[in-house]
Amino acid sequence: MLDPQGPIASAERLILLNATAIMLVVVVPVIILTLAFAWWYRASNKRSIYSPDWSYSGHIELVVWSIPAMVVILLAGVAWTGSHLLDPPRALKSAATPIRIEVVSLDWKWLFIYPDQRVAAINDLVVPAGTPVEFMLTSATVMNSFFVPQLGSQIYTMPGMTTRLNLMADHPGDYPGLSAHFSGDGFSDMRFMVHAVPESEFSSWLTRTQGEATALDADAYSQLARAGSNTPVQTYSGVDPMLFEHIVQTTAQPLAAPRQED
Amino acid sequence: MSAEIGTAEFPGLGTTMARGGEGPAPVRIVVAYGFWIFLLSDIIMFSALFASYAVLSGQTAGGPSGRELFELRHVGIETLCLLFSSYTCGLGVLAVEHRRLRGFYAAFALTFVLGAAFLGLELSEFAGMVARGAGPSRSAFLSAFFSLVGLHGAHVSAGLLWLTFMVAQTAVRGPRDFVRRRLLCFSLFWHALDIIWVALLTLVYLMGAH
Amino acid sequence: MFGKLSWAAIPFNQPIPMAASLMVIVGVLVVLGLVTWKGWWPYLWREWLTSVDHKRIGVMYVLLALVLLLRGFADAIMMRSQLALAAGGAQGYLPPEHYDQIFTAHGTIMIFFVAMPFVVGLMNFVVPLQLGVRDVAFPVLNAISFWLTASGALLVNISLVVGEFARTGWLAYPPLSELQFSPGVGVDYYLWALEISGIGTLLAGINLVTTILKMRAPGMTYMRMPVFCWTALAANMLIVAAFPILTATFGMLLLDRYVGMHFFTNDGGGNMMLFINLIWAWGHPEVYILILPAFGVFSEVIATFSGKALFGYRSMVLATLAICVLSFTVWLHHFFTMGAGADVNAFFGIMSMIIAIPTGVKVFNWLFTLYRGRVRYEVPVLWAIGFMVTFVIGGLTGVLLAVPPADFVLHNSLFLVAHFHNVIIGGVLFGGMAGYAYWFPKAFGFTLDRRLGAVSFWCWLIGFYLAFMPLYIVGLMGMTRRMQHYADLRWQPYLIVAEVGAIVILCGIVATIAQLVVSIRRREQHRDRTGDPWNGRTLEWSTASPPPEYNFAALPRVQSLDAFWALKQRGPVVPAEHYESIEVPSNSPNGFVTAFFAVVTGFALIWHIGWLAILGLACAALTLVAFGWMERIEKEVSGEQLAAAERTRLQQATPA
Repeated sequence: MLDPQGPIASAERLILLNATAIMLVVVVPVIILTLAFAWWYRASNKRSIYSPDWSYSGHIELVVWSIPAMVVILLAGVAWTGSHLLDPPRALKSAATPIRIEVVSLDWKWLFIYPDQRVAAINDLVVPAGTPVEFMLTSATVMNSFFVPQLGSQIYTMPGMTTRLNLMADHPGDYPGLSAHFSGDGFSDMRFMVHAVPESEFSSWLTRTQGEATALDADAYSQLARAGSNTPVQTYSGVDPMLFEHIVQTTAQPLAAPRQED
Repeated sequence: MSAEIGTAEFPGLGTTMARGGEGPAPVRIVVAYGFWIFLLSDIIMFSALFASYAVLSGQTAGGPSGRELFELRHVGIETLCLLFSSYTCGLGVLAVEHRRLRGFYAAFALTFVLGAAFLGLELSEFAGMVARGAGPSRSAFLSAFFSLVGLHGAHVSAGLLWLTFMVAQTAVRGPRDFVRRRLLCFSLFWHALDIIWVALLTLVYLMGAH
Repeated sequence: MFGKLSWAAIPFNQPIPMAASLMVIVGVLVVLGLVTWKGWWPYLWREWLTSVDHKRIGVMYVLLALVLLLRGFADAIMMRSQLALAAGGAQGYLPPEHYDQIFTAHGTIMIFFVAMPFVVGLMNFVVPLQLGVRDVAFPVLNAISFWLTASGALLVNISLVVGEFARTGWLAYPPLSELQFSPGVGVDYYLWALEISGIGTLLAGINLVTTILKMRAPGMTYMRMPVFCWTALAANMLIVAAFPILTATFGMLLLDRYVGMHFFTNDGGGNMMLFINLIWAWGHPEVYILILPAFGVFSEVIATFSGKALFGYRSMVLATLAICVLSFTVWLHHFFTMGAGADVNAFFGIMSMIIAIPTGVKVFNWLFTLYRGRVRYEVPVLWAIGFMVTFVIGGLTGVLLAVPPADFVLHNSLFLVAHFHNVIIGGVLFGGMAGYAYWFPKAFGFTLDRRLGAVSFWCWLIGFYLAFMPLYIVGLMGMTRRMQHYADLRWQPYLIVAEVGAIVILCGIVATIAQLVVSIRRREQHRDRTGDPWNGRTLEWSTASPPPEYNFAALPRVQSLDAFWALKQRGPVVPAEHYESIEVPSNSPNGFVTAFFAVVTGFALIWHIGWLAILGLACAALTLVAFGWMERIEKEVSGEQLAAAERTRLQQATPA
């Protein structure tokens, strides 16, 4: 996340750097003083003053409570404003029309549904660059966390519940994504790639996918829902726009069988 | 100038006494204090279950809710039994402090009967709910209900076993110091269960039945 | 008949667990065999296993911690080597099913069976001595607490040989930890081991709170208590308030798994967010339970070895109590990314920063204790200085993570892992090691070898920085935690450096073991007969080393803070004219026996062996009844014996 490629990630990097700088102003002198005092007041140094009974000073107490308090007040301001401006469900300011994408974490793969375009993809997320993306996320099994470090915030995906996230890729490029919450044996393979592409390329990808890809019907979905990792990238067409809602509802019902162990 | 480490007596420490400087407290106080702290920790455990109940009380998963299941008259009788048993327990502890052992046995026997009645009524309530398909695995609401009320019932059961043990120990050992300390702890426990029951009654039954 | 248990539970077909199991079994058999051959059982039974003396129990806690450190560290080194290898397409040598158990066991063991026992052990040993009293409020309960903790540790280690351990991470979030996604016995091992040891910890908390509040030497008002006792009070109050939440939460998960309830399941209306909130409502106070006593150790060590009173005693007390209360108001910062909304996130973020204020105050107060002192570089001081530098870095990254938008990109990354190891190793472990070096001579009558102590410190310090600074970087590069392999080759060099760091820490651990062996061998050279090898300030240094079972022949009368220092200023000590006889509690096998049945019951419950579980529970209940029925016998120590012991002690303590 030191190489942000979107407005959320950039804002978050700025906060990281600012907060660190503010704190270093206190931490560095403290470390230096610690080492300095420890060295100067060593027992073998007869030149140092020894005040064995000096253990209180009102002035020092005042300073000692004030310094951390002031740093905290400063950072509290950053935390308050930052939390509100960068709240995941908060829509991004942009001239472009946002695109809606629904995300489902399965064992151990990611399903990305484009409800307005009726296509879907596994482990591959194609988005138009410079367009805000409104994500709605859930999990079909256990908790995961949708995370594309270069684009910014992660958000948990939870079964039977919907979380929301807004991100945008400023420029075209390929940005790796992963799950940031441990979800079982195949967790390390829950990697996907975000391809931010120019608007025109995005349209042609859509058309191609709508025309050629296999349909995501009940059979295809139940195949996906079976536990397995290292699932190859695949696209689907003819996706039911209510599929996401359906997954959220049915996850709250008992599944047919416990997950297969590899 | 020499300094003594100290003598075994601690006469006249004056102002230090007010600020907790009078030396270790007598055993009876230490035991009661420690037991109180245990009871506070127990109440925190109940709080976690109360919190879970509060979160899950609406999650009936299509099954029955509190309004359909709770019979307030039944619960009212349970409450009276438990509250009255606290009263008789208090009477029993007073009796043993004054060495009136017959009064003690009578009061504690009554406490046992009332506590057992409470348990019996509660178990019949549970059995009835299970028979109607409203057991703890039916929904999150019922899981929370059975666990919260059930934990209280488990404490009452443990209390009844402890009561029996204490009556037996008093009978065999007599109202010695350590026996009376334990009776004090038992009564604290029993009264605490009452307090928890009042909270249960209010938050689960009274609020749930509306 | 045997529930789910069968021969398939032993990992015959998995070489690494099998090898580890064999090593552990052989190790245990060797130790047991040695003890039997040397005829040490009667001594062990009489002096240690049935002891209700807080000093013995404290030593056993610390021993348990150090032994389990070896197991937890073995897990750590396996994890580091796996990650150093498994880059690009490589899969390393640990398959996911195994790796997942290793990182779960690592976290569980380090927190519950290393850090907790270390800290509880030090508090157990030191607090009654510092308060000037004979023992804790409830000595038999104290023994039971220790043995229940040991039972939990035993169950976790049995899972290595028979069955498997949880594969969920050290906090076992549902729905992954529910039956639907973890049908094996692993999560059950985890839950029962922690329920059992949790009861032990809770009882210890009640014991120490009662002791500190109701049993202090005459004249010791609250504001004359040593700072370590204040931090112990705060930590134990946190134990009493937080551990019941853990018991309840794990109880609910057990009900889900065993009886089909729906607290946290996907179906039936269960709510996994409830688990996460409850477990962290325990989890955050837990880390303050660990760090507060460490802060107390450093306060004692820095003051003693600077030859100077601790700066700002009142401030330190206030800061300790502030941390105690505030630790209950920050738990949501562990899951900012769960989507609670900006107001809630911001509130908890700000509360988390506020807790940094009293912590910062403490650091400054230690700084000003060093200022104008005469700092003697014994081993505990090395740990203290190392702590002061390392912990503030960990604190910085912690406050950084407390800013919700920063956490949105750093949550669950290796940056987080580096942060909490930074504060736990730099704070809790360094504090434990400082306390170990500081109070060892009091417990055993001879000091530890200085040179090996310094070697251990430097290996830990350098090893820590090598092992964890790269993790900050690789976390910023996007690596998340608990990965068994990874694709980005740019992460590998950092993970290799981390592996080297782990090996340097291993050298530190070896140095500590060597230090113990060498010190025992050369104990006559390091013998301390004064009882006060460090020119201490608090009352524990006024007793013999090791102190007699009853600690003080007559309870000291306290007239100021740093009671022993004040006493020394008034001149040499002479024994009193007359000592009253005292009573000392006699040993009790209650703890050991209860623990035995706890292990049997736990094992039976894990494997669903119904009859054995009922039998174990019934026996445990009978033990309670039997010991409750018997009257406690106390031993009497006569006034003459006390007088003789005091005369001998003071003769030996006076320099020739």
